Amino acid sequence: MEPLRTVTSIAVPLIRDNVDTDAIIPSREMKSVSKTGLSVGLFAGWRYSDVDARVPNPDFVLNRPEYAGARILLGGANFGSGSSREHAVWALAEYGFRVVIASGFSPIFRGNCIRNGVLPIVMDPAPFDKPGLMLEIDLPAQEIRAKGKEPGEVWRFDIDEEAKLMLTEGLDPIALTLLDRPAIDAHESTDRAARPWAWSVLPQGNAA
Amino acid sequence: MARTLFEKLWDAHLVRDLGGGTGLVAIDRVLLHERTGGIALKALEESGRAVRDPSRVFVTMDHVVDTLPGRGDRTIMPTGTDFILATREAAQRAGATLFDIGDPRQGIVHVISPENAVVLPGLTLVCPDSHTCTQGAFGALAWGIGSSEAEHALATGTLRVNRPRQMRVTVSGDLAPGVTAKDLALHVVARLGSGGGRAHVIEYAGPTIAALPMEARMTLCNMATELAAFTAVIAPDASTAAWLEGRTYAPKGDDWQAALAAWADLATDTGAVFDREVSIDAADVVPMISWGTAPQQSVPLAGRVPQLAAPPPGTAPTTPEAHARALAYMDLAEDTALLGLPIDAAFIGSCTNARLPDLRAAAGILAGRKVAAGVRAICVPGSTRVKAEAEAEGLDKVFLAAGFEWREAGCSMCFFAGGEHFGEEERVISTTNRNFESRQGPRTRTHLASPATVAASAIAGRIADPRELEAQ
Repeated sequence: MEPLRTVTSIAVPLIRDNVDTDAIIPSREMKSVSKTGLSVGLFAGWRYSDVDARVPNPDFVLNRPEYAGARILLGGANFGSGSSREHAVWALAEYGFRVVIASGFSPIFRGNCIRNGVLPIVMDPAPFDKPGLMLEIDLPAQEIRAKGKEPGEVWRFDIDEEAKLMLTEGLDPIALTLLDRPAIDAHESTDRAARPWAWSVLPQGNAA
Repeated sequence: MARTLFEKLWDAHLVRDLGGGTGLVAIDRVLLHERTGGIALKALEESGRAVRDPSRVFVTMDHVVDTLPGRGDRTIMPTGTDFILATREAAQRAGATLFDIGDPRQGIVHVISPENAVVLPGLTLVCPDSHTCTQGAFGALAWGIGSSEAEHALATGTLRVNRPRQMRVTVSGDLAPGVTAKDLALHVVARLGSGGGRAHVIEYAGPTIAALPMEARMTLCNMATELAAFTAVIAPDASTAAWLEGRTYAPKGDDWQAALAAWADLATDTGAVFDREVSIDAADVVPMISWGTAPQQSVPLAGRVPQLAAPPPGTAPTTPEAHARALAYMDLAEDTALLGLPIDAAFIGSCTNARLPDLRAAAGILAGRKVAAGVRAICVPGSTRVKAEAEAEGLDKVFLAAGFEWREAGCSMCFFAGGEHFGEEERVISTTNRNFESRQGPRTRTHLASPATVAASAIAGRIADPRELEAQ
């Protein structure tokens, strides 16, 4: 995973409450057993006036020329609600988004972001919804800084240590966890003795 | 020190505290389906890693598999077969237990896991599916994850978990006749809001919950994800044990006795502290229906589309933008009565409401009656076993005689995956869990309700109150 430290970009406002993962990537756009090729389906129901013919809806914010190439998305309350489909984050990342600033996230979506190099920032998005406002997101410093026309403004954001470490270092969480294999093995061995009923029922004997 | 049920489950599975509010948590069971599970297995293989313990992994086909009679690997969804084949082959290579198409144990993952006692009280269980919270009804810590986290659980037998905050929702009093767990679930979502449980584990407690049968507890817990909750949990009791005893993967003999002894401790201690407490009087719960495009946009069945300026008392706030969008999408105006709205289709199915008691409730309304002309009505049992049990009682004949389609088990048209769907701008009354824009088809308008309300509405051809129909 590509490390994420700073991102400088304008921000696209999609400040609606309960933007669900069906809206981010409609199920019908998940056509193959793959994590790629999804960005064309991103927000398909809103982005296209004719989904099948891929005719852009000029009113949808992503299609407006002033937001071309933006890497920051602004959302409302409960962003990423609904289905656990990680395809929503794969589509956002493939499209180019590295940061989502929203007043709240669904927990599964938030976890999916962190595992795919997308930074979820919980904050009121309103101050960032200004035409032409260039933002610099500094994850190590946990700061958002206004660049360009209104330099100087700085906002601090909170993020848990685990998520920050994963994102800034681009860590593979499986590799990190496998370093704890002795502790995992020890826990399992103790548990097999303490709760035989949770293990004896498993099919095909007990693989170690 | 007094602990909550969640704290007991967490402590028993904590391999190591990773600091900063994150724990490395042991995972007892991993469930997968062909929509998001196949890719987790495939990505794991491609990374050169193995499944740590295939005996703890259970796989089924529910999301894209057809539900029409005579189905096989071919699907109406254009690329659905790819998902089925990829998942089957990866599951077989990994040595996981597969409940495949044609297997009597096949069905919606959150229906078949309890049916086979894959979930047990005291276990941790994950699935790359947001409705995994359903299984918290058994006193397990069961929650939905993404595909990458599923890969992590498969490879390591653990997950790195942000410890959630805790909320207790205590329900007291008797639910009135005709008021179901679905109505209670919609009542809770309308009151707390679609983000109202965010990052909390919700314990449903109180005498009303204790009196609910297991299927009703599953329906209630199912919709915790519609609150953005981490998950929901209900303390196991005699009903839980009685429901599980003898099922395929339930402990047997001495192990069963040991399990019962262990489960007896799985309850919140007196004096344990929650971050948030909510009390509900069951007498305040009435049959509910959604009017908008988020589950929180739900009102009493006998109610009206709310005014933005005068929201119903005790409901979560909404923004003017969300309110206006929902009205436009649903083609409704403020103050419109929900009862009497003409419908184009009725759907009974999903991990929320497709278990045997749900089908019995619907059949009780449908017996001796006919679906209104012009209404497409579909019943999709939650599992192959539910279907067989319903047929043994003759429920299939009731549905068919009324004019319902009677399907094979699966998720079906709970969501539109590119295959079957309801029509553009059609109004559908549905026992499912999500009324999102285009959820059941392009521009389809979904109203969420209980099985009895859906059945009564199918008969009437418009949104109807089952209690009035029953009184006739």
